[in-house]
Amino acid sequence: MEIIMIFVIGILFTCATYLMLSKSLLRIIVGTGLLSHGVHMLLLTMGGLKKGAAPLLGEKATSYTDPIPQALILTAIVISFGVTAFFLVLAYRAYQELGTDNMEKLRGMDGND
Amino acid sequence: MINFLLLPILIPLITGVILIFFSKNIIAQRWISGISSIINVIVSVLLVQKIRQGGIQTLDVSSWEAPFGITLVSDMLSALLVLTTSIVACTTLLYSFRSIGEERERFYYYPCFNFLIVGVNGAFTTGDIFNLFVFFEVMLMASYTLIVLGGTKIQLRESIKYLLVNIIASALFVITVAYLYSVVGTLNMAHISERISEVGQSGIVTVIAMLFLVVFGLKGAVFPLYFWLPGSYYAPPIPVMALFGALLTKVGVYSIMRTYTLLFYHDTGYTSKILAILAIFSIIFGLIGALAFSDIKKIIIYNIIIAVGVIVFGISVMTPDSLTGSVFYLIHDMLIKATLFLLVGIIISITGTSNLKEISGLIKKYPGLAWTFFLSALSLAGIPPLSGFIGKLLIVKGGFEAENYLGAAIVLLSSLLILLSIMKIFINGFWGTPRSYEGEEKVPVKTLMIAPIILIIISILYGVGAEAVYPYISQAAETLVKPEIYIDAVLKE
Repeated sequence: MEIIMIFVIGILFTCATYLMLSKSLLRIIVGTGLLSHGVHMLLLTMGGLKKGAAPLLGEKATSYTDPIPQALILTAIVISFGVTAFFLVLAYRAYQELGTDNMEKLRGMDGND
Repeated sequence: MINFLLLPILIPLITGVILIFFSKNIIAQRWISGISSIINVIVSVLLVQKIRQGGIQTLDVSSWEAPFGITLVSDMLSALLVLTTSIVACTTLLYSFRSIGEERERFYYYPCFNFLIVGVNGAFTTGDIFNLFVFFEVMLMASYTLIVLGGTKIQLRESIKYLLVNIIASALFVITVAYLYSVVGTLNMAHISERISEVGQSGIVTVIAMLFLVVFGLKGAVFPLYFWLPGSYYAPPIPVMALFGALLTKVGVYSIMRTYTLLFYHDTGYTSKILAILAIFSIIFGLIGALAFSDIKKIIIYNIIIAVGVIVFGISVMTPDSLTGSVFYLIHDMLIKATLFLLVGIIISITGTSNLKEISGLIKKYPGLAWTFFLSALSLAGIPPLSGFIGKLLIVKGGFEAENYLGAAIVLLSSLLILLSIMKIFINGFWGTPRSYEGEEKVPVKTLMIAPIILIIISILYGVGAEAVYPYISQAAETLVKPEIYIDAVLKE
């Protein structure tokens, strides 16, 4: 199972890197979204994909799953949610104000440095 | 009083939440945020005193004992940094009352300001590596808002890059935490350190250390990862810039300091060599930038990179002297960078430009401004009685002791060139024939000067009264030199 997960994560990272290197702002945002998905899956995989009961005392199960990676992912998902939402709004506002979503044209060289 | 160390995080948090309800009432916002920041300074002073007497303070949140729950740890280093943060926040707030503009104040400037302080203080206080990430994100989220607040073209353009760089750095942070968790199986920093010393620092741990260096180097603007900083910090208004320059990069540097002295101190041959090389390159490249530009904002921004290089060099040497020097210089730099940014802000609001070629002869009309700037320039370069000197002296001494002559010599020489870069502002801007600028009468120079004057007085006292401050600093450095103190305090063995 871990092997499959590693491949999935690798593919996600590849796609994310490809998208983030493109010129269009929207593609970059999709790329960051994929990157954070890859990160979350990596977090889960590194914690160990075990089969076991819920980590509750008194359940008398033979093996328990580790709850910490899941708690971490929950936090990380919420954060990436917020950041992606902010990025989308920022991109829209920047498009309105600057009239372009092409990163080539967003370089800061026109007379301020 | 067991929850005492939580107060520097809670006070700005609650203030920020309250301020959201007063978003249209600017006067109320100013009063509430001003008073809360003063309370925050007082609380931080009390916290420092408490740690001086009672040793490291820890708090296990919800009474989950140390390695299992989230632990907040306040040792001397973090308490001193929290205190400095509170002072910088208080003075910057004082400056923003008259300079940030009502438009921004109405659109949640003060709540974001307070949330930024929550993140910074939290990052300094936490003792849990994942919680560090969370507080980083709190801080970054507030900084994204602050950097784009106002919505001018340059702000929108630069904040996209800032946001993208930080998203990638955060993703890398989570990846690194995941790797670390899979290797040691714990997130509590003291517990991680203990586990690593049990199994020894194997290759994978060194890889993790390097990944952490990339993450924190991106946040803290260490060479070669500082590329985003000059552009992004150029965009926002001056108080925000002062806050960012004084606090945000220093959180990254603090994290390098913490992880490299607490977690990865067993096998330092490889890691400290890399740290030293990066530090030296940061100093050199920062100097090149600071000397090359004739834009006052750019000169100060590149000085941030130099200071980061000096502090990281102190960390890389890892002798007691150099670590003490690093702590000393870190606090000095937070104070003096805020002062310089605020002073530069006053110059810009008088002249309406940040280009040195269009400014001259300010000393005739504004002698107070000129002399404050002169003092802070001397302090930045490290002229003896002022605060920059002692930190640098200790770092250089540590460098010579550890026989890293080249690095120590570069740190020493950098002082001269820093002085040159700052004096360029002084000579071009303050000397020469006085000019008149459009709209300079409207600038409330006297009220704006209060904040930098308070900061420069604190900075001078910090340098002149080094004798009195030294016990605190050495207590902070002691934890760095002997991580067992920290571990014992957290795990209570």
